[in-house]
Amino acid sequence: MRNIIAFVAGLFFGGGLVVSGMTNTAKVQGWLDVFGAWDPTLAFVMGGAMIPMAIAWAYTKGRTPVVGGSFPAKPDPKLGRNLVVGSVLFGAGWATAGLCPGPAIASLGFGGSSLWIFVAAMLGGMLIAPIFKAQLEKMDG
Amino acid sequence: MHIDYIYGLIGGLLIGTGGAIYLIGNGRIMGASGIIGGLVDKSGWSTAAERITFLAGVFLMPLMVIQFWDRTETNITDNVVQLVAAGLLVGVGTRIANGCTSGHGVCGISRLSLRGIVATVFYIGAGGLTMATLRHVLGLI
Repeated sequence: MRNIIAFVAGLFFGGGLVVSGMTNTAKVQGWLDVFGAWDPTLAFVMGGAMIPMAIAWAYTKGRTPVVGGSFPAKPDPKLGRNLVVGSVLFGAGWATAGLCPGPAIASLGFGGSSLWIFVAAMLGGMLIAPIFKAQLEKMDG
Repeated sequence: MHIDYIYGLIGGLLIGTGGAIYLIGNGRIMGASGIIGGLVDKSGWSTAAERITFLAGVFLMPLMVIQFWDRTETNITDNVVQLVAAGLLVGVGTRIANGCTSGHGVCGISRLSLRGIVATVFYIGAGGLTMATLRHVLGLI
């Protein structure tokens, strides 16, 4: 059951990423290019995505997930170095190629070898990230 | 309204529906970097099956969509240095920050999570600065 739900969610996510234009790196870079030909499409995508999500979060109150267990608790609002440093590094990479993890997987099947190079490097980055993360958490005490 | 914005909104609604299904069904946050990263660094191996089926959906749906959807250009660079640098930054950054555009952005902001909002401000800010630097100051991309 968990796997079927995850697969269906993935189908919606992947389809939505293509329809929204977020697998087009020029549109993502256009969103970040405030000093050039700024493209606001990403705001519509984010806004659209938050509508079903906000409804879903409201629905979770007092309920449990379909497969059982419990819904994720709201995280501790503590803002550590890892959140800021990680987001800055991510933003820099996001702008450099116009790709974040979701669209990279969604366009892997039709985007050619560049996508495979990007994803390979991303997986490498994810593999070494725990080393940096541990250092940053140590600094936070 | 520009047709791209309408497609952005529709695609966004699909993305959010995927997130809502994943949340209400499995009680999990649909964050692409967390789902992938947990497989890479072994931290999510206990839920490996649902991570893999989710990613299979993300990968497969676009292959079906592009059969009837003609807006499939990725405009991805073929510069290997740029792709590897971007991939490493996205991989390291999202794992240090514990989330990307889907987890912190879509799922976090829609529940008014402070961490999600702060992360999104920083990755969009860093993305904007990187874009300005690479495109308008250095003229590299």
